[in-house]
Amino acid sequence: MERKTKIHAGEGRQDLTITREFDLPLSLLFKAYTEPELVEQWMGNKVLKLENKNHGGYQFEIKDVHGNILFSANGVIHQLIPEQKIVRTFEMENAPFPAQLEFLEFEALTDDTSKLTMHVIYRSVETRDQMLQLPFAQGINMAHNRLQHITEKLK
Amino acid sequence: MNLRRDVFQAIADPTRRTILLLVAAQSMTAGAIASNFDTARPTVSRHLQILTECELLRQEQQGREVYYHFNADKMKEVSDFLEPFRKMWDDRFNKLEAVMKKYKSK
Repeated sequence: MERKTKIHAGEGRQDLTITREFDLPLSLLFKAYTEPELVEQWMGNKVLKLENKNHGGYQFEIKDVHGNILFSANGVIHQLIPEQKIVRTFEMENAPFPAQLEFLEFEALTDDTSKLTMHVIYRSVETRDQMLQLPFAQGINMAHNRLQHITEKLK
Repeated sequence: MNLRRDVFQAIADPTRRTILLLVAAQSMTAGAIASNFDTARPTVSRHLQILTECELLRQEQQGREVYYHFNADKMKEVSDFLEPFRKMWDDRFNKLEAVMKKYKSK
């Protein structure tokens, strides 16, 4: 099967671009980013806050069965143009990584297919390379319920 | 290439990923790493051994203590070191596509 997700990360730069073509109409792709129940399903986290507007904010969280927080992240939505564009920041809480800036651009390819281009800018070349080397650092699989306390200690 | 397979196998395990994340933030002794887990010390030692064998971690003697360091260069040596990052996004977007197809058909 053809690889639909492409990463472009130029050597020595502090940004990267992720592109993906979807077998979904543009409206559904955009909805996946703005409806809290849908975001929860594909991102696998609770959505505590998601304000889909300019100067809005969002907050995500994953808890274990005992109520311990495994992962929490937040950001501000700088700009949101429905079915076109989201400009936002992303920052993991209690983690030793600085905030990053994300430009998400949504476009229709046909009536039934669409494309997402995600341009991510990191604080430094080093931060970007660390994220590339430790993809799981972005909070996908915070498997251990004490990681939060650990990273807190490391700060 | 065996090296590459080993690195990918090494990071496939959630405990080992957590260890790498810890050590990437700050070099630590085996004892300090183990104290962050509820699992038995020998289990953590085994994970450290695997990570050291595939050179994702380096050991360094400092006085009487052995510190573990994250060896970022190892990831770069792997010919396609972007692959784990790409795979993570691909999995995530596949999930998005599946969720939205189900949503559409409702």
